[in-house]
Amino acid sequence: MQPDTETVWRWLAEVPDPEIPVISITELGIVRDVDWQDDTLVVTVTPTYSGCPATSVINLEIEQKLREKGVDKIELKRQLSPPWSTDWIADEAKEKLRAYGIAPPIEGTGAAGVVAGRVRRLTGERLTVPCPRCGSPDTRLVSQYGSTPCKAAYQCNACLEPFDYFKCI
Amino acid sequence: MPSLPDIMTPDAETLAKAQGKGRAAPLEAGSPEHDLFTGLTRLGDNTLILGHRVSEWCGHAPVLEEDIALANMALDLIGQTQLWLGLAGEIEGRGRSADDLAFLRDAWHFHNVLLVERPNRDFGHTLMRQFLFDAWHQPMLRALEDSADDRIGEIALKAGKEVAYHLERSADLVIRLGDGTDESHARMQDALERLWPYVGEMFHVDEVDVRLAHEGLMPDPASLRPAWDATVTEILAEATLIRPEGEFFHKGGKQGRHTEHLGHLLAAMQWLQRAYPGAKW
Repeated sequence: MQPDTETVWRWLAEVPDPEIPVISITELGIVRDVDWQDDTLVVTVTPTYSGCPATSVINLEIEQKLREKGVDKIELKRQLSPPWSTDWIADEAKEKLRAYGIAPPIEGTGAAGVVAGRVRRLTGERLTVPCPRCGSPDTRLVSQYGSTPCKAAYQCNACLEPFDYFKCI
Repeated sequence: MPSLPDIMTPDAETLAKAQGKGRAAPLEAGSPEHDLFTGLTRLGDNTLILGHRVSEWCGHAPVLEEDIALANMALDLIGQTQLWLGLAGEIEGRGRSADDLAFLRDAWHFHNVLLVERPNRDFGHTLMRQFLFDAWHQPMLRALEDSADDRIGEIALKAGKEVAYHLERSADLVIRLGDGTDESHARMQDALERLWPYVGEMFHVDEVDVRLAHEGLMPDPASLRPAWDATVTEILAEATLIRPEGEFFHKGGKQGRHTEHLGHLLAAMQWLQRAYPGAKW
């Protein structure tokens, strides 16, 4: 018997992101579609970053989860368009990120290329990323890249905690 | 893993054929498929070779944060390579995957510009090379978003989001190092002068570019120059660096004629697939 797609979505919500295990792959917004094509379950996944090494692990975990639930014929499809955006991260998941020590993405602050960056440098206007530990807005950018390409490295000037900021893309 | 590694096999193409790849007839030069394949390998080889160069810093950068940042940028570039070379292999129709194209081609079949194969030298030189490339890469990807081939547009849109951060970072560091200490300023000016003769190739147009632009598949490289000039002039001025005046440039990379540096790079990058043909993990 084929489980309905709603059930499959619920199962996929149990699959944690391999690098940020406090949120699931559905909360991250990378599962784009679940569909039965005859007797094959087709799951469409979009990568976060094109070189993200977690992508293959995520595919493996999806397959494992579905096999556990008794689905034998599985097809994983990669979809590039529309490209993944941090806007797709669910609001509850953003809170989970913060509790885990990662500052969640601040919508509308993605890199627009060099012009915006230059303006920020010239005007001294920096993106305010509150510290996920003490909540202070007094933090500084250490590097545009943190432990993974999707994060930047920050440090809190108030409590001195170094932390990751999930960049907007 | 085979028990006796075949380290004496000299030719990557022979290895590929031994593995049953690339047996179908090669594409005919000048055909639309050959042009598209060439254009895609130019894009994919640029990101692959630069990605490899940047990855050479892993474990060697001046501070931990920069080490991590460089490794992450290399990861982005190599991820983009998988998309470009994957599509190139699909267009070619000879069963070659992105990995096959990366590991089983010899230097004269690589189509990257000479700029990206320049050795790393010091940290400032690496960042200057990155900046000069990023300032080209961003307008290139933006133009590719409108390609007549949707598959190209999709990859460009995806890669463009990543490259916006590359450019922000490399421009920021060029300014900080250029307008930094006497030592960092001198090194950045030196890097700029050493790399300047490799800039022009990014905008050099050959017959493949003309045909691809005519079909609306890829932009005319020369059309990217004004955007590049604007970014570079602005950032160099802020970095207190003097823009070199020379117009001479080395070329040939896009047609497979490389400097001696590419062979050394490929020797490091490809040795495993050559020593252990078909090895997988």
